[in-house]
Amino acid sequence: MRHAWSGVRASAVVVALAAVASSCSALGGSSEEAGDDEVVLVVHNSFALPDELIADFEQDSGLTLTIRESGDAGELTNKLVLTKSDPIGDVAFGVDNAFASRALEEGVFETNEATWPAGVDAYALDGDLDDVLAPVDNGNVCVNVDTTYFEERGLQPPTSLADLADARFKNLFVTPSAATSSPGLAFLLATIAQYGDEWPAYWDRLMANGTRIASSWTDAYQVDFTQGGGSGDRPVVTSYDSSPAFTVPEGGTESTTAALLDTCFLQVEYAGVLTGAANPGGAREVIEWLLSAEVQAALPESMYVFPTRDGVELPAAWASYAVRPTDPKTVDPAEIAGRRDAWLQEWTEITTR
Amino acid sequence: MKRLVALAGLAALPVVVLGGFFVLPVAGMVARGFWPDGAFDPGAVAEVLGRPRVHRVLWFTVWTSTVATVAAVLLGVPAAYVLYRLKFVGRSVVRGLLLVPFVLPTVVVGVAFRQLLREGGPLGGLGLDGTPAGIVAALVFFNVAVVIRTVGAAWEGLDRRPGEAAAALGASPATVFRTVTLPALRPSIVGAASVVFLFCATAFGVVLTLGGSRYASVETEIYLLTTNLLDLPAAAALSVVQLVVVVGLLAISARARRTPDAAVARTTAPPLRVRRSDVPQVVLTAVLLAVVATPVAALVVGSLRDAGADGGWTLDHYRDLVATPDGPFSVSAADALLTSLRTAVDATWMSLLLGGLVAVTVTRRSRGRAERRLRGVLDGFFMLPLGVSAVTLGFGFLITLDRPPLDLRDSPLLVPVAQALVALPLVVRTLVPVLAGLDDRQRQAAASLGAGPLRAFATVDLPAVWRPLLAAAGFAFAVSLGEFGATSFLARDAEPTLPVVIYRLIGRPGLDDYGTALAASVVLAATTAVVMLAVERLRVPAVGAF
Repeated sequence: MRHAWSGVRASAVVVALAAVASSCSALGGSSEEAGDDEVVLVVHNSFALPDELIADFEQDSGLTLTIRESGDAGELTNKLVLTKSDPIGDVAFGVDNAFASRALEEGVFETNEATWPAGVDAYALDGDLDDVLAPVDNGNVCVNVDTTYFEERGLQPPTSLADLADARFKNLFVTPSAATSSPGLAFLLATIAQYGDEWPAYWDRLMANGTRIASSWTDAYQVDFTQGGGSGDRPVVTSYDSSPAFTVPEGGTESTTAALLDTCFLQVEYAGVLTGAANPGGAREVIEWLLSAEVQAALPESMYVFPTRDGVELPAAWASYAVRPTDPKTVDPAEIAGRRDAWLQEWTEITTR
Repeated sequence: MKRLVALAGLAALPVVVLGGFFVLPVAGMVARGFWPDGAFDPGAVAEVLGRPRVHRVLWFTVWTSTVATVAAVLLGVPAAYVLYRLKFVGRSVVRGLLLVPFVLPTVVVGVAFRQLLREGGPLGGLGLDGTPAGIVAALVFFNVAVVIRTVGAAWEGLDRRPGEAAAALGASPATVFRTVTLPALRPSIVGAASVVFLFCATAFGVVLTLGGSRYASVETEIYLLTTNLLDLPAAAALSVVQLVVVVGLLAISARARRTPDAAVARTTAPPLRVRRSDVPQVVLTAVLLAVVATPVAALVVGSLRDAGADGGWTLDHYRDLVATPDGPFSVSAADALLTSLRTAVDATWMSLLLGGLVAVTVTRRSRGRAERRLRGVLDGFFMLPLGVSAVTLGFGFLITLDRPPLDLRDSPLLVPVAQALVALPLVVRTLVPVLAGLDDRQRQAAASLGAGPLRAFATVDLPAVWRPLLAAAGFAFAVSLGEFGATSFLARDAEPTLPVVIYRLIGRPGLDDYGTALAASVVLAATTAVVMLAVERLRVPAVGAF
């Protein structure tokens, strides 16, 4: 009898579970609404924009915007390359200047007629003669210092890449890995821009000077940096030129950190129409929308990057505290595409020795 | 003949699903590596296997996973005894809480671990930061619950009388454990250990965060090769190595798992009060709980701290979770939690359906060697998703499921199916020891009394299996809630799950986002704990019913 009873109980549980499943399943509610008026935007995982802007776009254009997220810049680029014969969307945003050449070589993007507002052209990708990739935003990866740390000790903070390898600043620097982190790679590229083929010798000195390699920006800034969330023990960190805007104490008038403007590497993120897009017209409209004054003005607060368009007003904290380098370091995108793998391999050898 | 048809009928659905959503994508991705430019070129793959770095990565993966698995078993088995055979206040709460680490996003816990272990941190004195020992500790932290739950579920249903008989004949407790209890538990211990090993060997976030660039596992290496370097031959080589190792491991564990005899009683032995001889196990369990609680406590504390070096206490991060529509994120964490829960419901029923069919198929009594072997192969086949890189699977989805009849890469089905595949081995490993332990003569008796196959299943199998089934459901739900790897490598529409939102938040260069990510992790953990407690509640009346 007992067994029969637990059998009944078990069936009751199964029925109950089935009822729960059918009522709050994710499958039921999602009907495909594909059509001529749908446009699919593939983005990297840092993409974010206010809802109203997306609603405005849909209203003005009459298109339904589907946003599909696809990993970080590198993962996004490689997915686009692998699916180029059958693209996963109409338009992609988030390929940056460290990966753009690979995408262009592989023919991931096709030419489009999008018009660029003033200022955007200054960030165009070197070697992209047909303006296939529209520069949507930019930012610099710069070494940041905790100014309070050095003030308290009556010391001069480092100011250049060379200083980071100086014994005065031993065991003070933490940087994310170039192999696993996009700012980490940008910092490696900055050192390559500065030292050319001598960069391995510089990294030898850097490692000998007690540089710590963290796995990600989060890890470096939030765990190891003295001004980060975790109150770490390293006052020098690889971060962004906008970072000092976030370390202004409440009620204070001065940031507790500063970006070293001679150590910066420019990162630009692009948008382009995918080859074989189902809706190329809609894709072009999306690109023009990304370059519109409204979206460009929302970039700093939404994605922590600077607009490429001229005449866009920055948030107050950014305008006051995010000092930008006038002449950031750059490396020819074609050279990055050709040599990145070799560089990373050598870098990994040096840093794990 | 009829038997084989029945076998094929039961196995058809799981085999088709696994074929379409696992074999095809993985094969597609590996093929890209072997045919780099359309021409077959295995040389590139072979060359990769000669690289010293690949050897280093392989060795690192094998030894860290082995050590972590052994540690998880050594710590988990005594805890399973305490939590499933002894009676004490708050037992079900502790059981529910123990599953929390299992669902926490590895990226967040990785950071929490580093904050504890770094120089100058609360546990900095141990010198574990950036060492393999730190990685192993984190792997144990994540996986010990698998051992406790799988072994506990089997232990709970173990007939106590053989042990009592041995004791009455003069066997010491140690002898009883060694000669009676352990052999009966062996299938579930080996099953749990193989699952844990696979989880450790394919751990991604933990190794990436704690290993820095110095230590890499096969899984993180495949990730780098695929997403960063687009070196597909190398990624394919490592994927194949992964497969070979996993198949070898499964063959060994299948041998060790073979059930000695029908040991599963259809009743649950009532839990005993704690005796003096239980003290070592109880102490060990308490220590384990404390160790597991430390990183969780660090998360909670972090989520309540204001950003900045000298922050005070605040609830702001929790407020940020709900208020977003005008903020930068198009979904609030609350919406993401809802998406997570819905996906988890789907993933749970899918994995229970598939896992149930698989478990029934592989545990039916075989006639002849060939049939037994076939069932054994099926059993191993469904363990494979655990052992293969989520990156390879995710990219494989994109390049293979893009044309009819499998034009599914944008389907809302994809995420729950991927998660169900990850949970499937856990469901199978929880159910199989119980079903295999049933004496087939009971089914025969039912049949000779006139019961059809369904009726026999309902009166013989179901009563024994429904409790492990609930345990498996809880597991699958938890896996789905916390699953990040496979989910993140699929192209998704704008409705992200909570772990994905947490990952986004934690990577953003704003100080407050970090606190919000911690708060979201705490919410995820709390949700899991509540769900697990509800499942435990469902079990309680049954235990007390007789």
